[in-house]
Amino acid sequence: MELPRYHRLRSTFYRLQASRCAACQATYFPPRPYCLHCGSRNLEELRLSGRGRVLSLTRVYQPSRGFSDGVGTLTALIELPEGLRLIAQLTDVEPAEVETGQEVEMVVRRLRTDEEQGLIVYGYKFRPVVGARAAEGANSA
Amino acid sequence: MRDVSIIGVGQTPVGEHWAHSLRDLGVEATRAALADAGLERPDALFVGNMVSGLLCQQENLATLLADFSGFPGIEALKIEAACASGAAAVRVAQLAVASGAHDLVVAVGIEKMTDLAIDGVTSALATAADADYEAAHGVTFTALNALLMRLYMERYGYTRADFAPFVITAHENAVTNPYAMFRETVTPEDFLNSPMVAEPISILDSSPVCDGAAAVVLCPSDRARSFTEQPVKILASATATDTIGLAPRKDLLWFGAAYESAHRAYRQTGLRPEEVDFFELHDAFTIVSALSLEAACFAERGQGVRFAQECHIHRNGKLPICTQGGLKARGHPVGASGAYQIVEAVNQLRGHGGPNQVANCRVGMAQSIGGMASVAVTHILGV
Ligand SMILES: [Zn+2]
Repeated sequence: MELPRYHRLRSTFYRLQASRCAACQATYFPPRPYCLHCGSRNLEELRLSGRGRVLSLTRVYQPSRGFSDGVGTLTALIELPEGLRLIAQLTDVEPAEVETGQEVEMVVRRLRTDEEQGLIVYGYKFRPVVGARAAEGANSA
Repeated sequence: MRDVSIIGVGQTPVGEHWAHSLRDLGVEATRAALADAGLERPDALFVGNMVSGLLCQQENLATLLADFSGFPGIEALKIEAACASGAAAVRVAQLAVASGAHDLVVAVGIEKMTDLAIDGVTSALATAADADYEAAHGVTFTALNALLMRLYMERYGYTRADFAPFVITAHENAVTNPYAMFRETVTPEDFLNSPMVAEPISILDSSPVCDGAAAVVLCPSDRARSFTEQPVKILASATATDTIGLAPRKDLLWFGAAYESAHRAYRQTGLRPEEVDFFELHDAFTIVSALSLEAACFAERGQGVRFAQECHIHRNGKLPICTQGGLKARGHPVGASGAYQIVEAVNQLRGHGGPNQVANCRVGMAQSIGGMASVAVTHILGV
């Protein structure tokens, strides 16, 4: 039922595709057809690095339908080095271990399972950058 | 454009109406408002409703309510602006009368939320956010407000306990409102011990899931006194929008739509904030109350919580808010709340505020907010 919808969203959900205004360089996630800053409609594709920093977070005890295994998980407002923000779930982390300011990186995970259709929806989540992965990120930067 | 006045109001009690359907509630409020104006039939009906399709499997709601209220045939349309739908219906009704398109118009706000289990309601409410980039990621409405509340607390140095005055005041005011859902007081301890919905937002920071409908009748001001001795003028009516998503906003802790709609309303009247006698604000969560006070320029930035702590929001304070309990304690049947605010403001201005009457009030403001403050509708009423 929602198959075409998630197919359309694959470039943002799997690759964090954003957009940049060719006229004024303003960046947008999600991508949009008109620049809010200068009005231009000449926006180009921009691939984000997938790195970020937690600006705010919340532990959720009353999830939406289809997310019932999300009780007690973390939702975070994440600031990206490209000057953008987005909201996503955190994964691979104990809720007590994360604070604002935490460095995070994007991974593709299961968002939810449509119980009637058996459709599994995948998309971006973020996990803390720790130890070796942090060093690796620093070297390649 | 013609001046527009409110000549009748009606409301159902807010609560969990197991025995009453969507149509029962809508018809009751509509007919009560018409009866208050001494009318049998309006020229048009605008129905403010957020999610009857998901909550009750009923769309084409305005046709249903015109039909069952006893006047099929009239122009009837549903108006949707998330949690601000009720106020948006009043805005559209005001436009219809001001433009000369119709003379006698009913705006009714309605929501029936308790037919579904809580996860279904949570999903339905999340449709007011960005479906692809918020809701699809399991981001609930409460979670969005929680992200904002935590940011606000860290930025301005508040604790959870500092938000208690909003809740205590709302519940105090609801005790004597016969239409309110929670007619009981809460203590600071109750507030601190309330279970979390999404940290730092607890159940007591949040307005309840409930059912209700409220309605007003509008007509041109020059005809108002032929229907009632106590018409109330709509001095201003203004809607504004912001980005649908929270994350893309330049200034996360600023309600741009609320600011814009309030200032359009101030400009329409020539009034300044200090000339407003009371403010029915959108206390869906305590953080929304704080940011609404700031956006409408009653408090400086970061001072919305302090404003409440200094008791300015009490019935006898500088700016009484939520005078009949607000969304928190009167209840928040989402698409109806904006209409309840207008009904309560009219009652205050007519001197029908009961034990919660604001003394000598002449000018009242009501602001309803939808989505993650992505849309706001402000009305200023006066006598
Ligand atoms: Zn641009």
